[in-house]
Amino acid sequence: MKELLEDLRQGVRDLCATFPATYWRTLDHERQYPAAFVQAMTRAGYLAALIPEEYGGSGLGITEASVILEEVNRAGGNAAACHAQMYTMGTVLRHGSAQQKQWLLPAVAQGELRLQAFGVTEPGAGSDTTHLETTARRKDDGYLIRGQKIFISRVQHSDYLLLLARTTPIAEVTRRSQGLSVFLVNLHEAIGHGLTVAPIDTMMNHETNALFFDDVWVPEQNLIGQEGEGFRYILDGMNAERILIAGECIGDGEFFIEKATRYAKDRVVFDRPIGQNQGVQFPIARAYAQIRAADLMRFESAHRFDQGQSCGEEANLAKLLAADASWEAANVAIQVHGGYGFAADYDIERKFRETRLFQVAPISTNLILAYVAEHVLGLPRSY
Amino acid sequence: MKILVMVKQVPDTATRIRVAEGNASIVTDGIKWVINPYDEFAIEEALRIKERLGGEVVVVSAGPQRVEEAIRQTLAMGADRGVHIKTDEALDSHVVAQALAAVARAENFDLILTGKQAVDDDAAQVGPLVAVFLDVPQVTVVLKLEVDAEHQRLVAERELEGSIEVVELPYPAVITAQRGLNEPRYPTLPNIMKAKKKEVRVESLQALGIVPNVKVRTVSLSEPPERPAAKILTGDPVAAAHQLVELLHAEAKVI
Repeated sequence: MKELLEDLRQGVRDLCATFPATYWRTLDHERQYPAAFVQAMTRAGYLAALIPEEYGGSGLGITEASVILEEVNRAGGNAAACHAQMYTMGTVLRHGSAQQKQWLLPAVAQGELRLQAFGVTEPGAGSDTTHLETTARRKDDGYLIRGQKIFISRVQHSDYLLLLARTTPIAEVTRRSQGLSVFLVNLHEAIGHGLTVAPIDTMMNHETNALFFDDVWVPEQNLIGQEGEGFRYILDGMNAERILIAGECIGDGEFFIEKATRYAKDRVVFDRPIGQNQGVQFPIARAYAQIRAADLMRFESAHRFDQGQSCGEEANLAKLLAADASWEAANVAIQVHGGYGFAADYDIERKFRETRLFQVAPISTNLILAYVAEHVLGLPRSY
Repeated sequence: MKILVMVKQVPDTATRIRVAEGNASIVTDGIKWVINPYDEFAIEEALRIKERLGGEVVVVSAGPQRVEEAIRQTLAMGADRGVHIKTDEALDSHVVAQALAAVARAENFDLILTGKQAVDDDAAQVGPLVAVFLDVPQVTVVLKLEVDAEHQRLVAERELEGSIEVVELPYPAVITAQRGLNEPRYPTLPNIMKAKKKEVRVESLQALGIVPNVKVRTVSLSEPPERPAAKILTGDPVAAAHQLVELLHAEAKVI
């Protein structure tokens, strides 16, 4: 098991070595999608790690998948461009019909079909998902989708979008988590036939969009599982996502620590390496300790997930600790580098911007704290 | 086509090498070991030939326990099985080549590939020696290789100073690879998983009938002298250029 993880790390490093820092720097500058990198990851089978072997994947667990993503970020890349191709299919795998799995999963495993966009967030419903206003109403053996989504990533590099929409009005359900349904939306068919995609320019190279659904028709066979049960389907994919993101944060943290350490050893000021100063070395050492601690919680949560044990607490803690640790490490790296930390050629500022995202997405730090307070510590619900 | 690829595990080229106490070996603690980069070209070429013509790619390597990791990496790249000549002894090229030739002899290989040299000792001996021991033709420093399976012949292009030599030869033969022969692949996830189930046979020098009569002994190793601090000329560019010419002439004695 440990040996497989080492081999995986080595394999991903070999692949990433063919995409040097200049590759990511240029893409960042031009705000371009890392198409060649994603293709290489697809061809090498890494994005099919979680798909069962019977559908053409490798049938690995969250532990292995999180290590794959960690190594991408550790090598200076940005796994966010393709991580969703790994796990968005999970909803179909767990709740889809045999027929849906049969046509979708092998194609996702091969990379012929990109299912890496997930439409949940709306302008009027962020963390309070159940208040989303996008509706799907029955029409001609299918559904008509109407509404708006925001911050939906990778839509321009996806063939299908997994969409959460309300099929029963909130007034007609006893609990607001009821009446939501999950659909597979064929983006090629939908764009121009009711769906408009408006890119959002952000502070890092991350393709994200506003989506406008103006009566987009989706056939009945694209409904995942049962109508009205969608919220539950979405929820059980969340823990997996938290753990994978924790892996990426840890990879970022390792990147920052390695860069900061090397620079602190090499950079000589006042006739000695700056790393000889405790004011420089202590923050690096502290950031390192935090990354290691978060790493342990990542493996704990991944292990529980892969063993089929409950892991809500652990997955949330892993994401919280890892995101905090990577952000801390980013700050330290920029401080150690001084002015060079802000120079694009040193890659620190790019990764600094990229790792900042994890404090907010896919779940904000406050929401994790609220979860821990309420569900782990038994404190009153605060929202 | 049945192909044998001979690989050596060497310290990563980015590793800072330190001489161990006694000045006869290097400090191996903390070294990252990798497959000799030239051998990676040999593996890649073998895999490409197999993809075109079918057959089997077997990888052989000699050295201590850690060498198994290098063999596993080639299996993850797509090689079919491995042979590990396990030994903790410090061997010279001659003994290693004898052992590799013994493995090659035990099965009938159509083609034997390896790197043109290993980047640790740069001896460039093993490929040619194996060819001698097996009494087969060899072409070294190969940039391009074509296999004519119908006539059992090879056309190899090898690098010479300023020109390319084209060699035609029958096989079985030994070919040593130069940078530029191909672009080695990285392992894929399915191959990494499959590699776990592939066979790595462990051999010993004794079982191969090799008596390690080492002919080359390392007398001593020393680190290169530290470079003196650089001299930086500042000030007026014209004056600095004059000063540079003067220094290159009088001090460096290069112009």
